[in-house]
Amino acid sequence: MSFARLAASLVVLLIGACATGATPSATPTSTAQTPTGSPAATASPAGTSLTVYSGRSEELVAPLLAQFTQATGIGVSVRYGDTAELAALLLEEGANSPADVYFAQDAGALGAVAAADMLAVLPEELLARVADGFRSPAGEWIGVSGRARVAVYDSRELEPEELPASILEFTDPQWRGRLGWAPTNGSFQAFVTAFRVLRGDAAARAWLEGIVANQPRRFDGNTQIVQAVADQEIDIGFVNHYYLLRALDEQGPMFPVRNHFFAADDPGALINVAGVAVLETSTRQAAATRLVEFLLGPQAQAYFAAETFEYPLVAGVEQPAGAPGLSEIGGPPIDLSDLSDLQGTLRLLTDTGVLP
Amino acid sequence: MGAGARIAATTRLPRPAGDHGRRLPPPLLAAVLAIGALTALPLVYLALRALSVEPEAIELILRPRTIEIMAGSVALGVGVAIGSVAIGVPLAWLTARTDLPGRRLWTVLTAVPLAVPSYVMAFAFVAALGPRGALSEALRGLGLPGLPSIYGLGGAVLVLSLATYPYVLLATRAALLRADPQVEEAGRALGDTPLAAFRRVALPLMLAAVTAGALLAVLYALSDFGAVAILQFDSFARAIYVQYRASFDRSLAAILALILVGATLLVAWGEARIRARHHLPVHGPRRPPTLVALGAWRWPALAFCAAVVALALVVPAGTIVFWLVRGAGQEHALAALPPLVGNTFGAGLAAAVVAAAMALPVAALLVGYPGRLAAWIERLMYGAYAVPGIVLALAAVTFVLNVTPIVYQTLLVLVLAYALRFLPQAVGPARTSLAQVGPRLGEAARTLGETPAGVLRTITLPLLRPGIIAGMALVFLTTVKELPLTLLLGPTGFATLATRIWGAATEGFYAQAALPAALLMLLSAGTVALLFRAEDRYR
Repeated sequence: MSFARLAASLVVLLIGACATGATPSATPTSTAQTPTGSPAATASPAGTSLTVYSGRSEELVAPLLAQFTQATGIGVSVRYGDTAELAALLLEEGANSPADVYFAQDAGALGAVAAADMLAVLPEELLARVADGFRSPAGEWIGVSGRARVAVYDSRELEPEELPASILEFTDPQWRGRLGWAPTNGSFQAFVTAFRVLRGDAAARAWLEGIVANQPRRFDGNTQIVQAVADQEIDIGFVNHYYLLRALDEQGPMFPVRNHFFAADDPGALINVAGVAVLETSTRQAAATRLVEFLLGPQAQAYFAAETFEYPLVAGVEQPAGAPGLSEIGGPPIDLSDLSDLQGTLRLLTDTGVLP
Repeated sequence: MGAGARIAATTRLPRPAGDHGRRLPPPLLAAVLAIGALTALPLVYLALRALSVEPEAIELILRPRTIEIMAGSVALGVGVAIGSVAIGVPLAWLTARTDLPGRRLWTVLTAVPLAVPSYVMAFAFVAALGPRGALSEALRGLGLPGLPSIYGLGGAVLVLSLATYPYVLLATRAALLRADPQVEEAGRALGDTPLAAFRRVALPLMLAAVTAGALLAVLYALSDFGAVAILQFDSFARAIYVQYRASFDRSLAAILALILVGATLLVAWGEARIRARHHLPVHGPRRPPTLVALGAWRWPALAFCAAVVALALVVPAGTIVFWLVRGAGQEHALAALPPLVGNTFGAGLAAAVVAAAMALPVAALLVGYPGRLAAWIERLMYGAYAVPGIVLALAAVTFVLNVTPIVYQTLLVLVLAYALRFLPQAVGPARTSLAQVGPRLGEAARTLGETPAGVLRTITLPLLRPGIIAGMALVFLTTVKELPLTLLLGPTGFATLATRIWGAATEGFYAQAALPAALLMLLSAGTVALLFRAEDRYR
């Protein structure tokens, strides 16, 4: 839109404003229809268009959904937002939700929507493509890509062998003032929930208190943590594995930070998923299932590995470069659908002063 | 409640005897009742949610840490009140009442920071003044001691003062353009220096507008969660946000939000007390103010303006340019941006227009018909302003789906929600202007045979114009960076520059956030410039 047109429309609207102002009792709705440029709903030739609520960002997901439309002719209209906020929106909408598909960053949010009986059971054929722990036992949601918890470390200061095999050992005083974490981050909270499930609430509390005693720096997100390690504000940060891979991809191998993977059975080695679910109230079940199928297909799985540096969850797809394979990490033995008690985790985090 | 009635009663203007106890005209009554009902929705929603809270959640709220966080928020509020006034008031006076070179340009440049999302501002300050920031490194390179830490209360006060002083600036500026210049000129004629004239005459005259602007600034700071998160400061709003974002049981967050609403009403009450004690004198025919000649004072004045622009505009703009340069090769993203500009501009302007239209009856009620109803409408309005955006969004979802499902996820609902949320920003300046206009001119016109509608059109509205335009500018600038309502209430697929910046920055793709952020700042500057030009035409 040219600036002249912007200016012209401003003048028109200002006149409108004065006209409205002259009759203050007029309902404001008469002027509310003025916004321009309503979104282009990508209607498919077949006329089907899916509504997707995506807790994954447009940067990562939009190209993939465009590929889906290209491959199937099914249009997609996406509401992007925060994974947890979209879960809250779905819960608020209940049976009236216009959404067909929910694409979430973590299993906990999917579990919360599943607990409200809002999700349709996926076909057995699709569920079978992904290992047991990475989908809901009832078949209400399925993981499409995996993310491993790691510690990023300053490779100028630390050698890999100086790092502990278990995240529990970071409560040692030698790490005082050297740690960074993001306690408001969903992945971190899922890790704490996993810790509680694996080792019990008392152990989780002791670990949190031990880390707090080491005065960790608190960050708002994982990207800031990786940057803070690079800037030598901290030596160690608890994040998901792909943030570093992305930074290495953007800034080259000289970037002085590396991933440290914990031992396979350690809570610190949790592997969480981003996953999808189909809403039970969707009137486009067939098209919605096609999207789930597409996200589990070779094209999308390869996209996750190559573009978002996440782990493909379907066998036979090449793993992301520069990281140990999913089977090598192993991850603690846990069913992701057991990570639904986020409320208890929040309480523990608030109780220990980790969260405000 | 007696206090509320007292607040409202003290805002009563001097009016001819026999005019007391005038009945509210039915159209005005209908309009304010409708607006009041809409603003009550989020509070009703919160109350319903809070009722279902579990007892142990209450214990969590009553722990010492909560008190600590509250104390921190109070300190933040006080700090931002002082900071935003210290920056906004001198700027308003300089740009409205003096011969400062480049007044128009300074007005636009100093208003634009309002449109910078506060998390972008905070991020820019960490990038510039953080432990490894560009400026800190430069100082270290010169062998100078480092800067005090940007993290914590100090940094939060600095960044949020810089993000919110335009509220004070625009409200005060509108009041100065309307206020009778004769009093101040008398001070100058009696030998005051420009600075003394400012302190002794102009400052008391604009106090009502200053407190109205400072109230908006403080409430913004209290409800911000983006900037405080990046600056590692625990405020009360942040605690609520963390609960909301991460908990699917929304009752605990509801209780915390109600506490925030209570605190907001307390601050609003304090502001009303100050406003009540400082009436602006209403004189006869008004003429444009003579500009104060700054003389040699213009150099420190210019330095002050430049310093504010450097901190509030150049630091974030510099960070954006840095992102752009580092992420060169984003040209392919350009094609996606024009519709976003259209959406952002359209939604922002529609919200500004609707908010201004709603503000008129509310301001008329508050100024002309003080009493219990006025006090309640005012409380509801500030209540809706104080609830976190996600609360308002979820309340709107519930209401619209149950009452008017046909308009769910339409621009109509989104624009109404924007207007309701930011209504106090439009009411503040409109009310100040209306109080300055006073009822006498209109009454004179009525005795000369003008109809009530005619009075509104030919006298009241033209005189109110600076206040309306200031209010529209505030609502526009706040709307274009709004996130939670846009994400949850807009039509599916509706994207703005702000959602684009957020979508990229939240994943750490700062290069992709840079172009929309730059466009947002340019769009805001252009719109503010046009609004002020419109203001000029009617002077």
